[in-house]
Amino acid sequence: MSRQSLSIALSGSGGSGVMTTGSMLLEAAGKAGWYGIMTRSAGPQIRGGEAAALIRVSDQPLESHDDSFDLVLAIDPASLGRFMGEIPLREDSVIICDMAGGRRDASLPETLAREIDLPMKKMAKAVKGGRPNMIALGVLARVIGLPEGSIGGILEKVLRAKGADALEASQACVKEGYAAGAELPAFSGPPITDVPDGERWSITGNEAAGLGAVRGGVRFVAAYPITPATEVLEWLAGSLPKLGGVLVQAEDELASINQIIGASFGGKPSLTATSGPGLALMTESIGLAVCSEVPVVVLDVMRCGPSTGIATKNEQSDLNIALNGLHGDAPHLVLAPTSLSDCIFTTQWAVHLAEAMQTAAIVLSDQSLGQTRAIVDKPADIAFIAKRNVPEVVGETYRRYAIGDSPVSPMTIPGQPGGQYTADGLEHTEAGAPSSLYDDHLAQLDKRSNKITNFNFGEHWADIDGTGDTMVITWGSACGPVREALSRLRAQGTEVRMLAIRLLAPERPEDMRAALEGVKRVLLVEQSHSKQFYRYLRAAYDLPAEVKLFHRPGPLAFKPGEIIEQLSDWCGSEKL
Amino acid sequence: MNDTSACSRLGPKEYKSGVKPVWCPGCGDFTVLGSLTKALSGLNIAPENAAVISGIGCSSRMPTYLSTYGFHGVHGRALALATGLKVARPDLTVIATGGDGDGFSIGGNHFLHTCRRNPDMTYIVMDNQVYGMTKGQASPTTEPNWEKGKLTPSGTGINPFQPLVIALASGANFIARCSSSDQNGTAKVIMEAIRHPGFSLVQVLSPCVTFRPEQREWKKLVQPAPVEATSDPAQAARRLLTDEGLYTGVLFKGHRPPYQPTLESTIDQVTELDEEFQL
Amino acid sequence: MTNEPRDRKKVIATTEELLAYSLALEEEAVERFNELADQMEVHNNHEVADLFYKLAEIEGKHVENVNRAAEGKQLPDLLAWEFDWVDEGYSPEGGALEDAHYLMQPWHAIELAKHGEQRAVAFFRHVASSATDAGVKKLAEELVAEEEEHVALLEQWQERFPRPEEDWDDDLDPPTILE
Repeated sequence: MSRQSLSIALSGSGGSGVMTTGSMLLEAAGKAGWYGIMTRSAGPQIRGGEAAALIRVSDQPLESHDDSFDLVLAIDPASLGRFMGEIPLREDSVIICDMAGGRRDASLPETLAREIDLPMKKMAKAVKGGRPNMIALGVLARVIGLPEGSIGGILEKVLRAKGADALEASQACVKEGYAAGAELPAFSGPPITDVPDGERWSITGNEAAGLGAVRGGVRFVAAYPITPATEVLEWLAGSLPKLGGVLVQAEDELASINQIIGASFGGKPSLTATSGPGLALMTESIGLAVCSEVPVVVLDVMRCGPSTGIATKNEQSDLNIALNGLHGDAPHLVLAPTSLSDCIFTTQWAVHLAEAMQTAAIVLSDQSLGQTRAIVDKPADIAFIAKRNVPEVVGETYRRYAIGDSPVSPMTIPGQPGGQYTADGLEHTEAGAPSSLYDDHLAQLDKRSNKITNFNFGEHWADIDGTGDTMVITWGSACGPVREALSRLRAQGTEVRMLAIRLLAPERPEDMRAALEGVKRVLLVEQSHSKQFYRYLRAAYDLPAEVKLFHRPGPLAFKPGEIIEQLSDWCGSEKL
Repeated sequence: MNDTSACSRLGPKEYKSGVKPVWCPGCGDFTVLGSLTKALSGLNIAPENAAVISGIGCSSRMPTYLSTYGFHGVHGRALALATGLKVARPDLTVIATGGDGDGFSIGGNHFLHTCRRNPDMTYIVMDNQVYGMTKGQASPTTEPNWEKGKLTPSGTGINPFQPLVIALASGANFIARCSSSDQNGTAKVIMEAIRHPGFSLVQVLSPCVTFRPEQREWKKLVQPAPVEATSDPAQAARRLLTDEGLYTGVLFKGHRPPYQPTLESTIDQVTELDEEFQL
Repeated sequence: MTNEPRDRKKVIATTEELLAYSLALEEEAVERFNELADQMEVHNNHEVADLFYKLAEIEGKHVENVNRAAEGKQLPDLLAWEFDWVDEGYSPEGGALEDAHYLMQPWHAIELAKHGEQRAVAFFRHVASSATDAGVKKLAEELVAEEEEHVALLEQWQERFPRPEEDWDDDLDPPTILE
């Protein structure tokens, strides 16, 4: 197994501040020129519960956790038990743990790893106002090879608001911890490099989706809070007003979707963000956007379903409702980011596409993409922005839903003289008057369907990599571990192709045929119990004769090693 | 024509689209359509600068019959859609129209929260205490002992919804009741409602001649409230305690500032947002 | 329906004002009959629809007459509710919407039109009797005579149609379900 990276888990409970510590460690790693990711796991308590920050750093960009962890730091032993399923350890892994009194605590889970006692609570007590998590920060920085100076600026930034005393106490604790770390086994982290300012970003998938939205031109958002989409909204609530936009906290998801339809009808590119339960509530009105041809973007940050499910954990099980949840024949767009950074591009592209085609776009992000924080290369600034077909001059008899040369008919904006029409969720004539006639229904169904199926989506419909006659087809957050698995295989001389589908609807049969040229075997990877992605692909596309499926429900994330294992029958296990 | 008196003002009929309504002859909604066009004419609003938003139901067909911009959305969501439009486009005159089922049953939550939020728009509810488009079921404003609803053959047995009370309690800034038997009076109140800042509710008693033919009698029963509008919610609440639902006129005119975020940017380029992510 | 003005407080002071009233009354009559005709057409009652369109056409001529009389005059710009009619919320010939029925017969249509004309007679009679200006009084009396003529014509016209049976509004089919 390649070892270009270090995986660290930091756990605690009862307000021990492990999340803040983890974020600071990740930022320090970024300052040292490393890439990294951090995910969070927590118990059900709103305050004071068990919490773990799972961090991985590398000199290469990262999109997934590793198969196992190198280092665990538990501020209290009992907090660790809850997370052991997510933190596989090896014989050469190390657990640094505060075993008060020096005796092995019975609540510390039995693992293969080496256990080292470090009295962090006692060390913190020795500093006036000191906290164990700041001791832990110093310890971890030293053990993974970060320079002591890399922490200072971050401490100041994070703790400035807490006052000079708190800052001083933290600085002292970090210093203590850093010194104590010198006595512990060291891990060889990636080399420290100097990266020019601005070339690396620290961003979450949820922030990235928000950024993509405003880059695409979104200036109105209405939404109802829901985990794990809330951070998208929090970021947008702060950012939209700077751009002359606004976020409205709506009374429910039914209001959210209708508010954005109203704002978009008024000419403002609009978006809402939600998760599965909210998407379910919105479906009737997404159909309204389709029928009335008003562009909107709905971002669904998926979590475990059905019903309330597991609100804080990842799953890719809203694919069915996103593709098929609308009643009637309601052609619309469904997209999914293929990586955390791609949340920017895919959301931005979705805004562009929805506006260009005057329809609804559903973007399926997920908890894993959304709530992971990553140090990434500065994302490219692409040119896809909202550009709606708004007539500059309105003719004598304007017909909003005219069947013309293009199925995308010019859309006037309230305020334009002569452009008045009634947008309608009732089937309508070309002029927009209600109609129950077969001919009108057929003509408008064709119009709404043609504008999407005839659109030139170009190469962005999917990310296609690699060569060979074996292919992995996947989507969303499952792309990360697959990409790492294939890169490990490539390093060992085995080529496997990868197809990460970004545009799930409409189907792209021609593009798929070209992508599958020369492919004999396909492995499908998805995080869904009922094989939603598999069933979708089977219904939509012709796949090669040999198809294998690797699927399971959330919340257990895929690991690169598991993907390699799935491919071992085909690629020969001796090569792995 | 030498009708110089009309100046440049568009006449009420200029606000009609020419699409012929499907309402039953005798329906109060025809009169309300006339009232609305008279109010728009009175305010001299250019048809392109007004938008009329509705949900589903007989009265929700209103936008199609008007020459303004319009949106005929899904059942119960007119206020949400109208709020989005108004917040995004404060320059427009936004009016929501609909019935008692659309507004107070399936759309009840939006009604509460739109009153609370107080966007500067007007909501005209044509209340006929029945579902007309689905064949005459009891609505939230139906009296509990009405036994002609096929789904509630022994009457609903439950309290009718009190739109004016709820609106007052939830924070609506202008509250009025009108009768479709008084087209010009209703027009005047609608004009006042549009002019008044914040969220205005105009309940119009509008008979359903098909399922509630007895409502033709409303014309004889309604009477102007013997008092002027108040700006004191407590006084308005006291008046509603003795109100039997047949007094017309403006009940309440509040002073709450409307909900309207400023839509002025503080940065020039979206790329300025990149800074917060840079290490 | 009431034909007598109640509580009318305002006195019409000038012929210009009276012409504005007359114009609004006739214009609203045109609008109303067209609306009723449209309603009947939508409900496939073509005989009555045609009759209403005819009535709208006739009222259109009355509009022309008033406009001719108003030539060169500056009429006051009054909004619908600024007219002080007969305390009914609509102009004398404008209050027929609620009396419509999809199965109504020509006899009903003319009855409805006749009521409007009768209200107009009553209105102008009130104007004439309360006027202090000689010009207003004279014009109002002319208008009374004109409207009385309309009533007489409508009565003649109505005689050509049979009085409807008791069960004229029976419909054996239930209402249609829409949305």
